[in-house]
Amino acid sequence: MSDLVSMTLAEARDAVRAKKISSRELTGAFVAAIEQARPLNAYITETADRALAMADAADKRIAAGTPGALEGLPLAIKDLFCTKGVRTTAASRILGDFVPPYESTVTQNLWDAGAVMLGKTNLDEFAMGSSNETSAFGPVLNPWRAQDSNQNLVPGGSSGGSSAAVAADLCLAATGTDTGGSIRQPAAVTGRVGLKPTYGRCSRFGIVAFASSLDQAGPMTKTVRDAAILLTSMASVDPKDSTSVDLAVPDYEKLLDGGIKGLRVGIPKEYRVEGAAAETDALWSKGADWLKAQGAEIVEVSLPHTKYALPTYYIVAPAEASSNLARYDGVRFGHRAKDVRDIIDLYEKSRGEGFGAEVQRRILIGTYVLSAGYYDAYYARAQKLRTLIKRDFDQAYEKCDVLLTPATPSPAFAVGAKTTDPLEMYLQDVFTVTVNLAGLPGITVPAGLTANGLPLGLQLIGKAFDEGVLLRAALALETAADFKHSPAKWWTA
Amino acid sequence: MTSPAKIKTIKGETGDWEIVIGMEVHAQVTSNAKLFSGASTEFGAEPNSQVSFIDAGFPGMLPVINEKCVEQAVRTGLGLKARINLRSIFDRKNYFFPDLPQGYQISQYKDPIVGEGEVTIDLKDGESIKVGIERLHLEQDAGKSLHDQSPDSSFVDLNRSGVALMEIVSKPHMRTSEEAAAFLKKLRAIVRYLGTCDGNMDEGSMRADVNVSVCRVGGYEEFRRTGSFKTLGTRCEIKNVNSMRFVQMAIEHEARRQIEVIEGGGAIVQETRRYDSKANETRSMRAKEDAHDYRYFPDPDLLPLELEQAWVDAIAATLPELPDEKKARFMAQGLSAYDASVLVAERELADFYEDLARGVDAKAAANWLNNEILGRLNRDGLSITQVPVNAAANNAIIQMVSDKTISGKIAKDLLDIVWTEGGDPRQVVEARGLRQVTDTGAIDAAIEAVIAANPDKVEEVKAKPKLAAWFVGQVMKQTGGKANPAAVNAALKTRLNLPDEG
Amino acid sequence: MSVDKDTVRRIARLARLSVPESRLEPMAGELNGIFQWVEMLGEVNVEGVPAMTSVVAQKLKWRADIVTDGGQADALLANAPEGADHFFVVPKVVE
Ligand SMILES: [Mg+2]
Ligand SMILES: [Zn+2]
Repeated sequence: MSDLVSMTLAEARDAVRAKKISSRELTGAFVAAIEQARPLNAYITETADRALAMADAADKRIAAGTPGALEGLPLAIKDLFCTKGVRTTAASRILGDFVPPYESTVTQNLWDAGAVMLGKTNLDEFAMGSSNETSAFGPVLNPWRAQDSNQNLVPGGSSGGSSAAVAADLCLAATGTDTGGSIRQPAAVTGRVGLKPTYGRCSRFGIVAFASSLDQAGPMTKTVRDAAILLTSMASVDPKDSTSVDLAVPDYEKLLDGGIKGLRVGIPKEYRVEGAAAETDALWSKGADWLKAQGAEIVEVSLPHTKYALPTYYIVAPAEASSNLARYDGVRFGHRAKDVRDIIDLYEKSRGEGFGAEVQRRILIGTYVLSAGYYDAYYARAQKLRTLIKRDFDQAYEKCDVLLTPATPSPAFAVGAKTTDPLEMYLQDVFTVTVNLAGLPGITVPAGLTANGLPLGLQLIGKAFDEGVLLRAALALETAADFKHSPAKWWTA
Repeated sequence: MTSPAKIKTIKGETGDWEIVIGMEVHAQVTSNAKLFSGASTEFGAEPNSQVSFIDAGFPGMLPVINEKCVEQAVRTGLGLKARINLRSIFDRKNYFFPDLPQGYQISQYKDPIVGEGEVTIDLKDGESIKVGIERLHLEQDAGKSLHDQSPDSSFVDLNRSGVALMEIVSKPHMRTSEEAAAFLKKLRAIVRYLGTCDGNMDEGSMRADVNVSVCRVGGYEEFRRTGSFKTLGTRCEIKNVNSMRFVQMAIEHEARRQIEVIEGGGAIVQETRRYDSKANETRSMRAKEDAHDYRYFPDPDLLPLELEQAWVDAIAATLPELPDEKKARFMAQGLSAYDASVLVAERELADFYEDLARGVDAKAAANWLNNEILGRLNRDGLSITQVPVNAAANNAIIQMVSDKTISGKIAKDLLDIVWTEGGDPRQVVEARGLRQVTDTGAIDAAIEAVIAANPDKVEEVKAKPKLAAWFVGQVMKQTGGKANPAAVNAALKTRLNLPDEG
Repeated sequence: MSVDKDTVRRIARLARLSVPESRLEPMAGELNGIFQWVEMLGEVNVEGVPAMTSVVAQKLKWRADIVTDGGQADALLANAPEGADHFFVVPKVVE
C-alpha cells in the first residue's frame, strides 16, 4: 500500500493507464492513508465517498479506452477553491457551512481531465499566513521533524495542508494558491516542488479571492515532471476571468526535454540577505554550480528594488483583501451573528466573530491605506514601487533567462515560534513575494537537507509565460540535487 | 445663445440671490445582460430570479464586462458631443449596504470612459442655452431593499444588482429649476434617440441627483469667467429625484431653505438630502458619524478598458440624427423654434411628424399635429405610438385641405370619424359627400336662404359689420360645413354690401 | 503617521469590524510596527513612475450581450442565514 501512495503523479498515471492498478485501488490507498494521518490536520474536509465514486467512473473511462490526462489520479484541493456541492471554508469561520453552487475553473479543468478529489486541504485563513497557523481549523503539522526531535514544525503557508499532504503521501499532488509565496514556501519547507505560474495562466474564477492582482493557482507536487503534468491540466484560457490570458496552454511535460545547455542563469545579488541561515546561502551557491555543470551560464544580475518588495506587498495585498473580504457580511452566506441591534451591528459582529486575528489585522491595514488622506502615501506609492520592481526584472532578463534564488530564509520552524510578532512571520516571504508583485512564474525545488535533517529548497524565477524554460531549469536542478528524502511516518505510529 | 441679463433671482431678507444647479443623472443602459454578468436586465421579474452569483458577490466570482454596455456608453458620449477616453479604469467604491452584495460598487472614478461634452437645452420661449457635461462613466446599479414586508426586517432583491448605469454629470451650468427640468428632458431625449437608455423614469431607468447652491447675484458670472468655485455657495446634493416635476419642486424648496439658513446667520454644510414629494421638502439623509470614505481604488479584477479609435469611429458613423440637428432641419423647413423643439422632444413624435409633413406645408403639418392629433391623444390618454390614425392618413387629410377638397372644419370632423371608426380618409370623404362646396351657385342659394330666414339680422349687420361672422356660421351650417369659408366670406360681403375690413 | 486607538476605532468602523475596546490599544501598536517598517518606501523616488494597473500584457476581455445566467433563486438563497420568499432578509434598514 505504501508503494501506491509514494508513487509520483507520472508513475501513477502510467500505471493506471496501463491498467497495472485501478484508480479505485489507488484512491482506496490514499483514503486509508488520510485516515491514519489525521494528527497532521492536513485536510479540513475529506471526501472519501466522492473520491471512490470518481475513481470508479475513471476506471470505466479507462476500460472504455477514453482516459483523460489525469484519469483516475487522486488529488488534494486547497480549501480555497470552490467545489460544487462540497463545503468550502477558506479556513475561516466566516464562511460557516458555505457549500458553493459552482465549481472553480481550475478544479473543473482537473475533473474534466479525469482527476479524483480526495478532499479539501487546510490553509491559513483566507490564505493569509506563512505557517498555516491562522486556520480556524487549527494548525497543520509538518510531516518532517528535525533529527532526534519530537517538536512539531509548521508546514509553511498558506498552502500548508496541501504541502503536508504531498509530503506525507496523502495525495499524488495538490493544488495551491500563491499570493506572496503560498505555494513555493510551504513546498520548500516540506521538501517538495511548488510552482506559481505566471499571473493570468490559471483562472482565478471560483477561487476565494485574497489579493486579486497577486493570487495565482498552481501545482504542488513531488517532482518537477509532476508539476508540468498538473499545470498542463490546471491552466486554461478562461472567458470568466478578465485577467486570464489568451494564450494557448502547451503540454508542459513535453517542454521538459532538451537540457539547459547555454541557458543564462541570473544570480540576483540583492537576495543575499542578512538573517538568512548560512546553510541557505551555501545551498544557493551549490545550486548555481549544479546548473553550471549542466552547461548553463551563470551571470550576476541586480534587482535593486528587492528590499522594498515585502513592504510594498503588505500595502497592496491587505488593500485588495480589505475590499475582497467585504462580501463576507452575514447576509447571503456564511456566518451571521445572533442578537444584533441593527444592520451595522450585524455586519460588525458577524465579521468580528467570523474573521480571525490575522485576517482582521490585514483588513484594518488595507482599510487604512486606502482611506482618505492616506491613499497616495501608501497605495498609490506601492503600485508605483511595483512598476519599479517589475522593471528590475525586465532589465535583469536582458542578461539572463531564469533567476536562481533561495526559496526561504530558513527551514521549517516550530509551531508557535513566530506567532507573536507579525513582522517576523511576514519575513518568511522575503524571497518569494517579488515574483507575485511582478506577475512572474516561480518554482521551488527541494535541494538539500539542513544539518539536522530538514529540507531546504531553491527557487527559480522565469520570464512571463515562459514556464517551459522554467520547468526545464527546475528539472536540471532536481536531477543534480537528487533529493530522495521523505519524512518518517511518525503519525501512523 | 446665453443671455445673462434674464437671470431669475430670488429675493431674500438681505438682498437678491441666484441659484446654481448641477446634475448627476443615472441612466440605465439599454442592454440584454448586466454590466459584468450574463443575468437579464428585464424589469419587474420575480425576486432574485435575474441574479448571477457574480451579481450576488459570491466567493470567487469575477466580473467580465459586457461589450454592449461599453458601446452604449461610447454612443451616448458621442451624442453628448463629448470626448471619448480611449483608456478608462474601473474602480471599486467601497461601502457596506445590504443591497450592495460585493461590499463595493464597480464604478469609474478618476478615469471615466467619457470626458467633457455639451448639451443644448431648449427653454419655453424658444431660446436655447448650453450646459456643459463634466463626464459620463459606467457603473453597477445596486439591488433593492423592501421595507414594508415585515415590521422588523428588510427584504433584499438583487435583480437590479449589477445592471449597467451611465452616470452623466453636468457642470453647474443651470440657474433655474426650469432649466434643470429642461436639461433632464433633453438628456432623456438624446439617450432615447440614441437607443442607449429607455428613459423610463417610473421604472427608475433614469434618476437625477441634483446639486443646488445659492450665491449672491454676480457670483455665477464670476465662476463662469474664472472657473473658480469660490464665488459659488456650498452645494447640497438631493438624491434620486425621479420626475421632472419633482426636480423643479425640490430645487425651489432647497434654494429657499439655503437662503433662509444663510440669512439666519447659519452656514450650509455640504451634505446629501432627500426630497419628500408629499411634504415638498428636502431632508438630510446621512448621520454625521457615517461620513463616507469610499476608499476608491482600481478594481484588480479588471484590466484598464482600452478602446480603438476605429471602433469609436464606427459607432459614430451609425449615430442617428439627434434632436438638435433635427430641430435645425425643421426650422429650415419653416417651423418656429418653439414648434420645432416640441416636435423633436420625442423621437417617435418627430418621426410621426416627418411622415405627416411629407409633401405638405410644414407649418400646416405642425399645426395639425399640435392642435388636432396631440389634443385628441391627450384627451384619450394615449401616446404618439398608440395613435389610432396613422401619419399617412393624417397626411391625406392635410392634402385634402390644401387642395381645397375639404374645408378645415370638415377636416376636423373627418379626423374624428376615422379616429373612432377607422377607414381611409379619402374614401370617407367620397362616401359621405364631404367634398367642399366651391360652387358659387350653391353658396348663393344658402346665403339667400339664411337672409330670408333672418331679415332682422340683415338690418343689424349694416350697423355692426362684426355680425358678418354670424352669417358665415349660418351659411356653413346650411351647407353642412362643406362650403369653402373664403368663398362664403366673399359672397356674403358682396351680397350684404359690407365694407372690406369686415 | 502614527496610528492611535481612535484611528483603529475609526478604521474598524469603516471596515465594519467589531474590535473589542481592549484590543484597540494593542492593535494600534501592531499596526504602528508594520507602518514604521513600511515607511522605508518613502526613500524611493517614484516621481514620474506610473502606478501598476496590470502585470500582464492582456486586453480586457469582453462578453457578448447575451443572457446566459439567472433563474436560480433557490440556489442563490440556499446558503443564506435568513431568507423568505426568495428574498434575503436583514434587520430593518432605516435609510
Ligand atoms: Mg454620484
Ligand atoms: Zn453613481
